[in-house]
Amino acid sequence: MSPTEPVLQVRGLSKSFGANTVLRGIDLDVPRGKVVALIGPSGSGKTTILRSLNGLETPDAGSVTVGARGTSADGAAGAAGGPGSEGGTGVEPVLPALTLDFGAKVTPREVAALRDRSAMVFQHYNLFPHLTVLQNVIEGPVRVQKRPRAEVVAEAEKLLDRVGLLEKKDAHPFELSGGQQQRVGIVRALALKPQLLLFDEPTSALDPELVDDVLEVIKELAEEGWTMVIVTHELAFARQTADEVVFMAGGVVVERGPASQVLRNPQEERTQAFVRRLLHEI
Amino acid sequence: MDLFWSSLGPMLLGAVKGTIPLALASFAIGLVLALLVAMLRISRSRIANGVGRFYVSVIRGTPLLVQLFVIFYGLPAVGVKLDPWPSAIIAFSINVGGYAAEVIRAAILSVPQGQWEAGHMIGMSRGQTLLRIILPQAARVSVPPLSNTFISLVKDTSLASLILVTEMFRVAQQVAAFSQEFMLLYLEAALIYWVICLVLSTAQTQLEKRLDRYVAH
Ligand SMILES: Nc1ncnc2c1ncn2[C@@H]1O[C@H](COP(=O)(O)OP(=O)(O)O)[C@@H](O)[C@H]1O
Ligand SMILES: [Mg+2]
Repeated sequence: MSPTEPVLQVRGLSKSFGANTVLRGIDLDVPRGKVVALIGPSGSGKTTILRSLNGLETPDAGSVTVGARGTSADGAAGAAGGPGSEGGTGVEPVLPALTLDFGAKVTPREVAALRDRSAMVFQHYNLFPHLTVLQNVIEGPVRVQKRPRAEVVAEAEKLLDRVGLLEKKDAHPFELSGGQQQRVGIVRALALKPQLLLFDEPTSALDPELVDDVLEVIKELAEEGWTMVIVTHELAFARQTADEVVFMAGGVVVERGPASQVLRNPQEERTQAFVRRLLHEI
Repeated sequence: MDLFWSSLGPMLLGAVKGTIPLALASFAIGLVLALLVAMLRISRSRIANGVGRFYVSVIRGTPLLVQLFVIFYGLPAVGVKLDPWPSAIIAFSINVGGYAAEVIRAAILSVPQGQWEAGHMIGMSRGQTLLRIILPQAARVSVPPLSNTFISLVKDTSLASLILVTEMFRVAQQVAAFSQEFMLLYLEAALIYWVICLVLSTAQTQLEKRLDRYVAH
């Protein structure tokens, strides 16, 4: 696999809720280790795309392909840096390429396989309130992926330490600030060792003074080489972190390109208006 | 007053050997039934949903005493003859199942949708998410209403005296009939029920406190 081959390839994704057509043929490519920022007005379908990439929503048409990982043809997967290579103790699980064709009937097994490859950080964190921080993080790897508990705990503690929350590992979510909860949400996603990280407005539920800590963590993940799709309204963050910015409105991609270009020098009128409005709000 | 003290022993024995085990057994079985019916009610299958709805409707729409009589006095007509104890446990369990099913269903629905999604995100199936993520949270919400169901059940077990189960109230009736001291014996029975319910309310408060550990105030 060449380094530029996409980890994620989305083609013609379409979705309607009743008479409301939310996605009208979305294409998206995310090369390995790259970060795509998805921006656009509320209701434009950004969340629906992310949910489709995690099997939480079933599109009506289109396809999603996630590239292979750790196969013999791809010795560089771990060496490419980032995902798992720093904090992880073990080798990442080998995964063949996966394509879900939503035009045909998608089986629960395919949806499970998609979830195996992507992990999501939710706008409202969605931590499990009855579990401790550590339990939140290890639940998936231990219960679902059936990995050895001791190994998972060691990795989880390392990850929690990285985001400055190791001493909170036995706390319950309600004892944490929003920013801390979202960092746990990020660690919960990382612990699943996904190929693809999905962030749905990870800071928009946070008090302004808590935003930076979370963005800082995401920036570090980008530098480490994680492949990510981030829905965000934080344009400064998108400019610094994203390799590509995709602006969508009304269920279509209006404009896409390098972050500097789309955010500093947008070509489309709708993009210009959106960027101007956001910048003025701040 | 002598009669109060001399009848207290047999009545407490009736509570310990009748009322309390009857209530506990019926509640335990009833909860299992309720959980199953709640699953039917939240399932995506129309048929399952309809079956659950029908069950709840029948149980809540008919008097408990009638349910008891159907099982104990009615079933023999179709060849099913049950002793008083099994009849009582079956009737009370089915009854609790109907009421508690709605409590559990409401509690499950009260857990935010985002919890299901987070469960799926980490790879859990619907069943796994229900068991490990949703039900533990629903349990906290259901403690107060389920406690009420249990307390009602304890008092309702007095109806079992009418199908000849020797529980506390039947002992009171027997002593009262023998001594003709109706007021004293029935007030005494009332007092014992009341004390049992006070103890249960205290236990409920303790349980709520324990389950509140992970909830913000
Ligand atoms: N489960 C759903 N049922 C019905 N309509 C939905 C559902 N989810 C999203 N929508 C609609 O889809 C549109 C796009 O929503 P969303 O993807 O959340 O947009 P964004 O994240 O860009 O704000 C909105 O009009 C929203 O009301
Ligand atoms: Mg959204």
